[in-house]
Order: sequence, then C-alpha cells, then structure tokens
Amino acid sequence: MSANEQISSGREQILGRIRRALQVPAPKRTPHEPAPAADRYAKSLPVIRPEARAWLPPVGEAWAEQMQLFTEQCADLRADFFLCADVAEMEERLAVLAKDCGWQQIATHPGAMTTGAAASLSLPILLIEDGYEIVALEHCDAALTECDALVAQTGSVLITSRSAGGRTLSALAPHHVVLARREQLVPDLTAAFALLTERYRANYPSLMSLVTGPSRTGDIERILVLGAHGPKRLTIFCV
Amino acid sequence: MSTKTPTKPTSQFQNDSERMSLDLRHRTLVQTAMSKYEAVRRGTQGRFQDWQAARQAASETKWEALNHLDQYLEEFVRNTEARGTQVFWAATGEEACAYILDLCRRVEAKELIKSKTMTSEEIHLNHALEAAGYCVTESDLGEYIVQLREEPPYHLVFPAMHLTRGEISDTFTQKLGTPASDSPEELTMIARDVMRAKYLSANVGISGANFAVADTGMISITENEGNARLTTSVPRIHIALLGIEKVLPKLADLALFLPMLATAGTGQALTCYNSLIGGPKQPGEVDGPEEFHVILLDNGRTELLADPEQREALHCIRCGACLNVCPVFRNIGGHSYGSTYQGPIGSVITPHLQGLQEWKHLSAASTLCGACTETCPVGIDLHHHLLRNRRNAAKAQPDRLEQIAYQGFAFVMTRPKLYRQLTRIAPFLQRLHQLINGRRIDPLFGWTQSRNFPEVQPRTFKDYWASRQEMKP
Repeated sequence: MSANEQISSGREQILGRIRRALQVPAPKRTPHEPAPAADRYAKSLPVIRPEARAWLPPVGEAWAEQMQLFTEQCADLRADFFLCADVAEMEERLAVLAKDCGWQQIATHPGAMTTGAAASLSLPILLIEDGYEIVALEHCDAALTECDALVAQTGSVLITSRSAGGRTLSALAPHHVVLARREQLVPDLTAAFALLTERYRANYPSLMSLVTGPSRTGDIERILVLGAHGPKRLTIFCV
Repeated sequence: MSTKTPTKPTSQFQNDSERMSLDLRHRTLVQTAMSKYEAVRRGTQGRFQDWQAARQAASETKWEALNHLDQYLEEFVRNTEARGTQVFWAATGEEACAYILDLCRRVEAKELIKSKTMTSEEIHLNHALEAAGYCVTESDLGEYIVQLREEPPYHLVFPAMHLTRGEISDTFTQKLGTPASDSPEELTMIARDVMRAKYLSANVGISGANFAVADTGMISITENEGNARLTTSVPRIHIALLGIEKVLPKLADLALFLPMLATAGTGQALTCYNSLIGGPKQPGEVDGPEEFHVILLDNGRTELLADPEQREALHCIRCGACLNVCPVFRNIGGHSYGSTYQGPIGSVITPHLQGLQEWKHLSAASTLCGACTETCPVGIDLHHHLLRNRRNAAKAQPDRLEQIAYQGFAFVMTRPKLYRQLTRIAPFLQRLHQLINGRRIDPLFGWTQSRNFPEVQPRTFKDYWASRQEMKP
C-alpha cells in the first residue's frame, strides 16, 4: 500500500466510523431564550454572532468609553499603554522608553508607522524581511510592530503575520512595542473576528494572534511571573 | 514517561488515593491554589452579562459540531489543505506516533521542542520519540518541570501544581546544575534561558490545539507563556496533534469560546496568547515553518461518539474547571487517577477510551455532589455520566455478590411483615456483628475498617408512634 493510499484509508476509516456513530441522534438540549437584539456596537462590519454581545462582558457604546475600558484592561494586565496626541508625542515617548531601558538594538518590520518611528530612534535596526537571521533577532532588545486592531473588551492587541512582521518578531523579543492608530480600536472579540474575516477572507495570514498583556506564567505555586517565554514587557502606543 | 511495572489501575488508584488523602502538606498546597482560582474566577465570571446564556450557547455550538462531525471535519481539512497544510488521519495513538517518527526520519530531526498537549500524553508520544533516540523538550514551564522529574502532568491545565518552589528548585539543581532559589521569578528565568536555545536549535516543533475552525481551516492555540507561539513558528516543521472532537463550525464562535475557556480555566478574562494558525509560511510572508502537519486523532473517540447518551462528553474543551472544584480531586490529587485525563471529566471519558471494566472504579470514586456539572463552561452533565458509567459497567459485568445483596434487600423491603420482624432482631444482630466488626474476617470489612455503623435503636419508629398514640388522652 502506498503512502497516499494509507492516508486516504485512514481518512475513510475514521469518517466511516463517525457516520456510523452518528446514525443514532443525540438528544438536543432545550434551546436558550433568544437574546435581546444587541447589535448596537456593529459598525459597517458584518457580524456573524451578534447575540454573543448580550452575554459577554459589556464594553460601552461610545469610543471614549471603549478607550477607557482598554486603558483599564492594560493596567490590569500590566501592559503599558500611552494614548498620544500625535506622532511627535509618540516618538518622544518612544525615545524616553529606549533610553530608560537601555536598548542597544531594535528589530522592526517595514510599515507606515514603524519605519518612521524606528528611524527616529537612531539605534541599529534589524529589519525583518524574508530570509532574516533568527539569531540576530534573538539579540535585539525590543520589537517594534504594528497591529490589526486593539480590542477594548479584553485589552488585547490583534496581530497577524502580515501586519506585525511575521510570526516570530513579536514573540521572541524581550520587549514588544506596538504602534496603533485610534481608529484601530474595536469594541470586542466579535468585532475583532469580523474584521479579520473582512480583511483577509480571500487569503488568510498563516498566523493571527490576540496578544493580551506580556507573557506570563503561574506554574510555580500559582504565583504570577511576567516574561515566561515571550516578551517580558508589552508597551502600546496609540496615536 | 516513567517505566514502572504496571499495576492494576484499581489497586493503584486505591493505594495512591489513600496515601494522598492522608498527606496534609499536599492537601494544603492544593486547597490554597484552588481557593485562589475560585476567587479570581468568581470575579471574571461576574463580569459576564449572562454567563448561563453563554454557557448554553457554547453547549449548543459543540452539539452542532459533534453531531455533524464528519461534515465539519471535511470542511476543516479541505480549507486547511488548500493553504498547504498536510493532514493525517490517525485511527490510533500508534498510528499518530508512527507518522511523527516517519516525519522525523525524513526531515532528519535532531532536536524537538513541544508545547503543552494532553493529547500527546494520551498517546505516549514522548516515550515513542525517546525510544527512537530523539531528544524532545517540553517548553511549557509546568510541563518542563514534570518532564525533568519524570512524572506525568498532575492537572490538565496546571501540570506542576503539586510542587512547592523548593521542590522545583531542587529539581533544577539536580538536573540542570543551577543554584538553588526560592523565587518563582528566578526559577522561571532558568527555564526561559534553557528554552531560548532550544527554540533556535530544534527543527521540529510539536503542539496541540484547543480548537480547529472548520470555516477557515485553522487551529487555535490558547496559552499564557508564549512557548506555543515560538514552538509553532521558529522550527522548520510544525506538527499539531489534535483529537477529532476539537472542531468548531465558525471563526466567529471563538468570540464566545476563547473568553469562556480562559474564565473557566484560569479565571482570566482572556489568556495571554490566543493564536490561530492556518498553514505553513504563506507566499509573501517573512517567516513560519516550511511544513505544517495536522494529525487528527481518533483513538477511541468514535466509540464515545457512538453512544448518544454520553456523546456530549466530547464537548469538553479541557479547561480543567471540573478538577478545580471537585472535592475528590482536591483530596486525592491528580496523580492518583492514574489516567491521562484527571478529575471528573477524566473519570467520565477514561473508561470509554481505555476500557470500562479496568477503569470503572474512577466513576465510583465520586460524591455525586454535582459541582463539576455546575462549573462546566459547556454544560456537560458530568455527575450523571459517572452514574451512567456505573450502570453500564454493572450491566456488562454484574457483580454476583452485589446482585445477591440487592435481591435480598428487595425481598425484605417488599414484605412488610418480614421487614418488621427483622427490625425487631436487628439490635441483637448488631451485637453479634460487634464480635467481628472491623476485623479482616468481617464480610463488611471493606466498609467497617474505617467506619462505624450507626447504632440500631432498640425501638423502631413504628413502635414509638404506636405507644405515643396510646398515651394520648
């Protein structure tokens, strides 16, 4: 039997067992009460699961409320968040951060926000492009990336391998710095997934990730330690 | 994996649970951790506008997925294959291990790095890899600690929950030669440094998956440490091993499942990294594995699927909440179960995956308090499934003595006169029994060795009532 035949036989065998198993239907639970219409957060995006919004933690309707919630979530998660008036303020704050942390070298990817911000630091820059050296990235002090969205409900940063310089950059560096725009704030996870569908439906990136605070672990006596394997610090600038 | 001589699961369970429930140090450690979990979870769950409705919806979504499993699996496979993923259907654990070993040989794997996956524990993957001469390292901190100690994970979600920082420090000193430390932060950094080198040198990364999304052909991995992101991105080959029951119909379903998994699992509103992986490095991307393999594992799951009464046990999202609230788990600990999956859900599914008669004792070790059912985010009726396991086990292999006892009981209870006669002589029978009570010759020794029967009252209620009525003027 060839390798291909073996693969297809495994497939047919398992699917056959499933179909035989499902011949006897399982009792269905009584359906839940229909949720009140809660489409109030929906913007122009198609929402596939609007009723979930009536169950999950509330996020408020106005942008300011949602931004307030995002700021609070970041504080709880021990992520540093700065809402900046303009690009100049962002670059100023970034320069202070670089100095305070003593960065020697940073890594970033080409992007509308990252290119200018990285250049403003006058530090050696490792540009993440096809064929970059992973060992060189390991030596960088910080990773400067863009993102797809900020999620108010959970304080998350939505990144993809397209928007944030591939899969490894934002996970390997000890300090992850995110540059975002105000209009990238979305109310909740429902909106975040709707945005992904809208933006990438034709061709999804190989990685899409919700980053919620710096890397952490509680594996030793359930005591919180930041920086288990991923970034020890997460800083988010929003212009 | 430990290579102890295999003992019968029943006697192993009895010995270990007796030993552990007398271990006060262990109990204090687990109770402290669990009360912290309970407090945090209460707060997070309280922020939901309607947790019960969310729970019901999650249950219905899983019902839909499981009851059309063939269609959703085919949709998942079609979508992920279109993006360059190589899918292997493994009917058994052996087939899954063989596929991974073949792959390792083909790509000349040197070192392997792994992020936490209970499914790989189920198929004893590390054992198979090590036997073939490969070096595989667990990258999740808790898993790494128990791997160094050559122990199985203690808990689905918190593998090293049973250890103090002192024991962890000793393990690191013995195995890695690092200086002793009582700071969780320093200990975590030791593991971080070890893994950094491993991510770069390993050419194969192995992960599990929390969900497989049918409509986009992606797997979803939930974690806090970042080790899964690195394990699945840096090595040249990524292999994801998942049970066939992990499939969800739509990407949008995750808006519900991700926060519910986090809330029930650790009490967080959302875990640190929730990553969707849909294929190897795509055209135009800068990095990512050259090959992405998904192994869909059956290994007894279709047996459970074939039982409509207990099919919903496959709804489980492995959050571990039922372990956390279980009074039995809290006293006997995770290792006593002797199975890959511990706690109430382990007691429900292990008999289906590994043999009803050999593992039926797990279903008997329950108070039936229902705390597991109440806490389950996808609404699995856990404690009733334990009862169903007991019933099925007794039906398939009746216990002769038990049958006689129940027939005797029914005989007496359906004959009021005989019952009354027996209650009259019961105090006398009990005095006779006192002669052998708690000794090995006592036919009820299993019960009386650590318990006393309540004393039978000399006068029955009926007699008391009759005399009371007579005394009335």
